[in-house]
Amino acid sequence: MTVVLEEGPGPDPAVDYLDRPPPRARRGRRAPRWLWLAAWLVLVPVAVPMAFLVADVLESSSAAWNVLFSTRTLELIVRSLLFTAAVTAAAAMIGVSAAWITFRIELWGRRVWTVLVMLPLVIPSYVIALTLISFFGGRGLFAELTGTGLPSISGFWGAWLALTLSTYPYVFLITRTALRRVDPAYEEAARGLGASSWRALRTVVLPQLRPSIAAGSLLVALYTLSDFGAVSLMRFDSFTRVIYAQYQGRLDRTTAAVLSVVLVVIALMVLWAEQRSRGRAAYFSRRPTRPMRRIRVSRRARLGAYAFLGGVVAVGLVLPLTTLLIWWLRGVARGDVIDMRWGAVLGSLSGSSAAALIAIAAAIPVVVLTVRYRSRPSVALDRSVYVVFSLPHITVALAVVLFGAQYLGPLYQSFLVLVIVYAILFLAQATGSGGAALLQVNPHLEDAARALGRGPMRTLREITVPLIWRGLLAGGALVFLTTMKELPATLLLRPTGFDTLAVRIWSTANELFYARAAAPALLLIAVSAVPTYLILSRLRDPSA
Amino acid sequence: MTTPPATSAIHCHRLIKRYNDTLALDEFELEITRGQILGLLGPSGCGKTSALRVIAGFEDPDSGSVTIGATTVVSESVNLPPERRRVGMVFQDYALFPHMTVARNVGYGLVDRDTTARVVEVLDVVGLSDLGDRMPHELSGGEQQRVALARALAPRPEVVLLDEPFSNLDATLRDRMRRDVRRILKEAGATAVFVTHDQEEALAIADVVAVMRSGRVIQVGSPHQLYRRPADPWVAGFIGESEFIAGIAGVGSVETELGVFPQVSNLRGEVRVMIRPEWIHPIAAADGPARVVEQEFYGHDQLLVLEFDDGRRLQSRIGASPSFASGDRVEVGVDEVVVFPA
Repeated sequence: MTVVLEEGPGPDPAVDYLDRPPPRARRGRRAPRWLWLAAWLVLVPVAVPMAFLVADVLESSSAAWNVLFSTRTLELIVRSLLFTAAVTAAAAMIGVSAAWITFRIELWGRRVWTVLVMLPLVIPSYVIALTLISFFGGRGLFAELTGTGLPSISGFWGAWLALTLSTYPYVFLITRTALRRVDPAYEEAARGLGASSWRALRTVVLPQLRPSIAAGSLLVALYTLSDFGAVSLMRFDSFTRVIYAQYQGRLDRTTAAVLSVVLVVIALMVLWAEQRSRGRAAYFSRRPTRPMRRIRVSRRARLGAYAFLGGVVAVGLVLPLTTLLIWWLRGVARGDVIDMRWGAVLGSLSGSSAAALIAIAAAIPVVVLTVRYRSRPSVALDRSVYVVFSLPHITVALAVVLFGAQYLGPLYQSFLVLVIVYAILFLAQATGSGGAALLQVNPHLEDAARALGRGPMRTLREITVPLIWRGLLAGGALVFLTTMKELPATLLLRPTGFDTLAVRIWSTANELFYARAAAPALLLIAVSAVPTYLILSRLRDPSA
Repeated sequence: MTTPPATSAIHCHRLIKRYNDTLALDEFELEITRGQILGLLGPSGCGKTSALRVIAGFEDPDSGSVTIGATTVVSESVNLPPERRRVGMVFQDYALFPHMTVARNVGYGLVDRDTTARVVEVLDVVGLSDLGDRMPHELSGGEQQRVALARALAPRPEVVLLDEPFSNLDATLRDRMRRDVRRILKEAGATAVFVTHDQEEALAIADVVAVMRSGRVIQVGSPHQLYRRPADPWVAGFIGESEFIAGIAGVGSVETELGVFPQVSNLRGEVRVMIRPEWIHPIAAADGPARVVEQEFYGHDQLLVLEFDDGRRLQSRIGASPSFASGDRVEVGVDEVVVFPA
């Protein structure tokens, strides 16, 4: 299973490479020390500021405790958790239903529906939010076209709709993968014992899917907690928006720091639960001997299925794309031609390429350690990379800002710091892809080089790296594309004058200049489509 | 630590290697004389590959020492990395670098200026002079094997280690490659250790065979010695077919129901007597004690099952020409026997 998230945690198909049974790992010799040193150094740019943040909060005693136990903070926690629960429930319902319908029911154009339902994955959450606002909102298209104002779309339900639409595909993908692994023999056995088709679904099929549904839902929860773009455009005060506001508005950053630590703790708990249910899901997976038979349903039920899928696709995919196109065409008609800030394009390209290159270099020691010298510490290293990948970006960015202001002097808010943070945040994508590549390389090749007189360093350079180069490049490409969409860390860490497409979209939308956000948003969607296409083609299977 | 004699190429002393709960090497002891080809033979899981990897330096032993030539490469106080041990390694899957040509593979271990000349020379030895520019995936299995051997030999290592070198080849190619590899190693004057679970292979190409079981070397000897004087019934059965009967041993001889045979052991009293099927000769005789009950004809020889009147059976392997029919009564003659404690 793999999914690339625009600004949050998530299972990357490539990130999951270690879930597969490892080949016989090298058991004997210990890894050279410099390899360990390099691998742990890689995590320093994120780990040290995060530790600093936590220590800072613990130290600032009374002020911090006041913030933590204030009514406002408790309200914030309750509100965020309710919000997360609402998004998760909706995304799970839509995702599971769509997965089951497209997998089991005889429909016309089943493959097309499957792809269409997945496609909102390519639209960053803040772009979905932007299109919802610019369509339904006060100065939006709908009001203009019909002359009637809708109740303005914003706050809790606006953010809920935007995040539900951008997260249900994760549940859909995970559930669909799990459905493929359910052996039809179980269902047939239940039917043979006299169970109705509905009872077989409820008592035999769904229980096998439960761990996967749980994993998908927790992933959605993690994503929702971490999301900044959609909630801020919808002006809904969840953790990330409040942290940003506190950071922007005050000289004293205690509140922002305390709230960040609380958010990290909640996110880690969700991550832990997600990892556990994924482990349990793996327990059920096996290769079915035969493909599942599709069910023929009544005409009415079939029409209902089309209506459901059609509704989801209309709101999640068609509406955002047409809205953006209309705004863009209007801008063109007004003579803006392509209203593109080339500085933002340049910023996105340079930041993302630098992040990709750093991530590739940083991935090499991590990958070699986790694949070739599998041990408790190397597994811990691998897990840490994944944890960093799952942290809400705004908390990491805030930690780096606070740490940088105090210790980094001139480097503080420099391009270098920004791209290093990008690279480490998304390192899991590079190590995932590189690790999968290294698993394909026969460890005897490295042994052979050693026996022929090469030291570990030259073996790495002359044998290992050339052989996993393609995997590393693919991972670097993922980092590149994910960085393009990153928003909160960019907002906090960018040097003065540095702009990206994501920042451009967010700020113009915030100022209600929808037409100006359209061109960068369309470009960003086009860019995101590439990794999604890669994922889909990897997931493609004959029974799909 | 004992000092190995000067002619020793490898000396392993009391090696212990543990993986979690399993003891892969249990006081493993082995000595290889310079210029010899030694076959390390044992059933799968007996620790033979671990021994090879400890010698090469890919695994660290928990204790014990290895000396290669005059250099102690691992002991309590030293642990040389693989690249400084001067061993050539031929892997079961050959492990040719897929991104390098054959010539670059072979030249990979060479550091001196005269690399090209040595590559040509070694490729010539293995009979692949024309294939230097090929990529490994363009070669057949046998050719890949030769390249792997050439690559290991090129830096003139102190010893060459081969891990199940023929197991990836099909049966016909395997016989030819065994002969070729032996010839190439001998021409290069190399000392070699090869690991195998195939007794036929070990007996066919090794000068000396070491039989391993559960992490220990049980017996070392020439193929002849191992076959004719196995150290215990397990080795006897592992090395070849064996039949057992009861006997009473005395000084210099052992008495069995098939006759009295010379024996050199110092065992006395009740013993188990082992006979190889090809040491058993049935002779047609109307009043013989056994009769032929089954026969399998293989062309080059045949296998007969002889049944005594009390129901016990013995297998006899004889040449193709004598022809027996089922039910024929026979006398049973025996060439030689091996005696084990009862």
